[in-house]
Amino acid sequence: MSALAEAAPAPEPLAAPKPVTMAAALNRALRDAMAEDDRVVVYGEDVGPLGGVFRVTDGLQADFGEERIWDSPLAEAGIVGTAVGMAMYGLRPVVEMQFDAFSYPAFEQIVSHVAKMRNRTKGRLPLPMVIRIPCAGAIGGVEHHSDSSEAYWTATPGLTVVTPSNPADAYSMLREAIASDDPVVFMEPKSRYWAKAELALPVETAPMDRALVLREGTDVTLLAYGPTVTTALDAATAAAEEGLSIEVVDLRSLSPFDDETVGRSVRKTSRAAVIHEAAQFGGYGAEVAARVTERNFHWLAEPVLRIAGFDIPYPSPKLEAFHLPTADRVLQALAAWDWDLA
Amino acid sequence: MSLNVELPPTRTLPPEKPLRLLDNAGHAVTGRDTGGFALPELDTLVELYRRMVVARRFDVQVTALTRQGRLATYPSALGQEACEIGAVSALDAEDWLFPTYRESIALLTRGIDPAEILVAFRGDWHNGYDQRAHRTAAQATPLATQALHAVGLAHAARLRHDPIATLTFLGDGATSEGDAHEAFNFAAVWQTPTVFFVQNNQYAISVPLARQTRARTLADKAVGYGMPGYHVDGNDVAAVYAVTRAAVERARAGHGPTFIEGVTYRVESHTNSDDPTRYRQAREVEHWKRRDPIERLEKYLVSEGALGDELRAEIAEAADGLAARTREAMSAEPHVSPLELFDHVYAAPRRQLAEQRERLAAELEASGGVR
Repeated sequence: MSALAEAAPAPEPLAAPKPVTMAAALNRALRDAMAEDDRVVVYGEDVGPLGGVFRVTDGLQADFGEERIWDSPLAEAGIVGTAVGMAMYGLRPVVEMQFDAFSYPAFEQIVSHVAKMRNRTKGRLPLPMVIRIPCAGAIGGVEHHSDSSEAYWTATPGLTVVTPSNPADAYSMLREAIASDDPVVFMEPKSRYWAKAELALPVETAPMDRALVLREGTDVTLLAYGPTVTTALDAATAAAEEGLSIEVVDLRSLSPFDDETVGRSVRKTSRAAVIHEAAQFGGYGAEVAARVTERNFHWLAEPVLRIAGFDIPYPSPKLEAFHLPTADRVLQALAAWDWDLA
Repeated sequence: MSLNVELPPTRTLPPEKPLRLLDNAGHAVTGRDTGGFALPELDTLVELYRRMVVARRFDVQVTALTRQGRLATYPSALGQEACEIGAVSALDAEDWLFPTYRESIALLTRGIDPAEILVAFRGDWHNGYDQRAHRTAAQATPLATQALHAVGLAHAARLRHDPIATLTFLGDGATSEGDAHEAFNFAAVWQTPTVFFVQNNQYAISVPLARQTRARTLADKAVGYGMPGYHVDGNDVAAVYAVTRAAVERARAGHGPTFIEGVTYRVESHTNSDDPTRYRQAREVEHWKRRDPIERLEKYLVSEGALGDELRAEIAEAADGLAARTREAMSAEPHVSPLELFDHVYAAPRRQLAEQRERLAAELEASGGVR
């Protein structure tokens, strides 16, 4: 049970499960957080009457009013920089970056202030705030709408970086991110916004800093997060038909990294691969591969593989399918290992 | 110290001649140049004088200590006392101040201990005072970034119905930064209780104002954001105080942000590692030294019979006492704790940092214990 769930009042009687999209689960998480704590304020571009370009804030302004959720001027450094001041005063701002590549104007505020304020003030000015970033591709977006920026944030001490892959986690992790006393970069995989799961909200899942084994297996550990979790699960299903047993771990938290859950899985299977959409060179997978190898070398039968996007700027819509790691590409990569060693 | 001056919601450019209440000879100004502002009460001016004298003594002392190697670096505000002391004195204790690295004397005026102010320049930590107790943010280094924090905190206070103001200092160079633009615009759109005090000290390290802007005055920029802009003689502490006080009261009353440009001069180098002879003429520096903010007020106070030998001696003693305390504090062995490097990064403990902390502890142990 998460710290949040322990602190929160008892949830309402569970409704019957029904199909819920990730966008709807995020919306419900914001709604519940705002209702429980009047320090939670939400702002960004188009989050008001429009309800956000992905409708994650749909209906919230009508219910909570413009003092709790409002449209800001179109300027991301301004959005994040003002959130720093609000958090200093004791509010818990949740700001939206609209699209990942549009978070870059806020880079300085995030790296120089959001990440460092607690440390430079020896804990006197913590910044409890959430920066929501719709991330990654596979939505047919034109350029600058499909970036995977996670490695910029995970390379920055002071930030907590999490990404849900399904509606249940989207709800619980966003609730925990808002309740956290540390600033959280909350990455929402755009291609999963409309995927549904049978849910009765509110839900409780594992704490947001833990990885979760979503499918058990014995031969290979696939480490995935955000949009590539579905890819890993698809690969596992296909591999099972050919007698290969794949364990799928949803990392969920990119920083901190759950060495324990990942290590346990890797030591069991002795083979691991990490999958992400971002370019391979210097990507988050490099840290995962190095970390898993350093801590589990003697249990590994093969080097940890990275199955990632090519080292190119994100392609235009008609070409993105060639860039993204697919289940087929995952299986081909695994086939390259020397399986006689097993 | 309320002045009850109502600032007009100006939609016109400020006069090119800076607003002033005392001229360089220390005479009270009358007519249009005052912008309608009244000279502060005599006891207020005496207090501003006292604060400026003490601040300068501190500044000169710290520059000397830096040359002796006691501090890693020190950005002096010599010559800018009227801006820093005048503006900060216009704040009340419940207002929030957002300083940059050049605001050590403003922090002193805010009541912060000299040793705590200098923690960052001494290299002991990034910031050394209790930001909440003093309602003063940590000194910001990335230019103009703190202006957005001032706007955000002001907006949060407004949402909480707390009638406070925030004041952020900026330099002339910082007005070129994107964050400055975003801060001005957010403040105006949201009507936050924020005062932007731009100290136009003519140089961004070595680059003169003419290479930062084609605007006639920096205060001209305010009009475009829909907020009042004041172009003030930044070496006239009476004018700085009066205009800032009015702007703070206007902010608290819910009438939104104000932009104030104080025209002044950085008499010292950018920091001790700078060489201003490479980019400016000695005669320019001399020109500005003849416009010294402290001498100007002193002339006025003497002419008004408000500054006698006894008061001078008392102020000098206070200044010397502070300088002595500062010397003493800076000659003490700095206290740094290597293991504290890991303690404040996150609120939620991380195993990764705990492991690295243990590693450093073992290194320290092997080399003879924690220093």
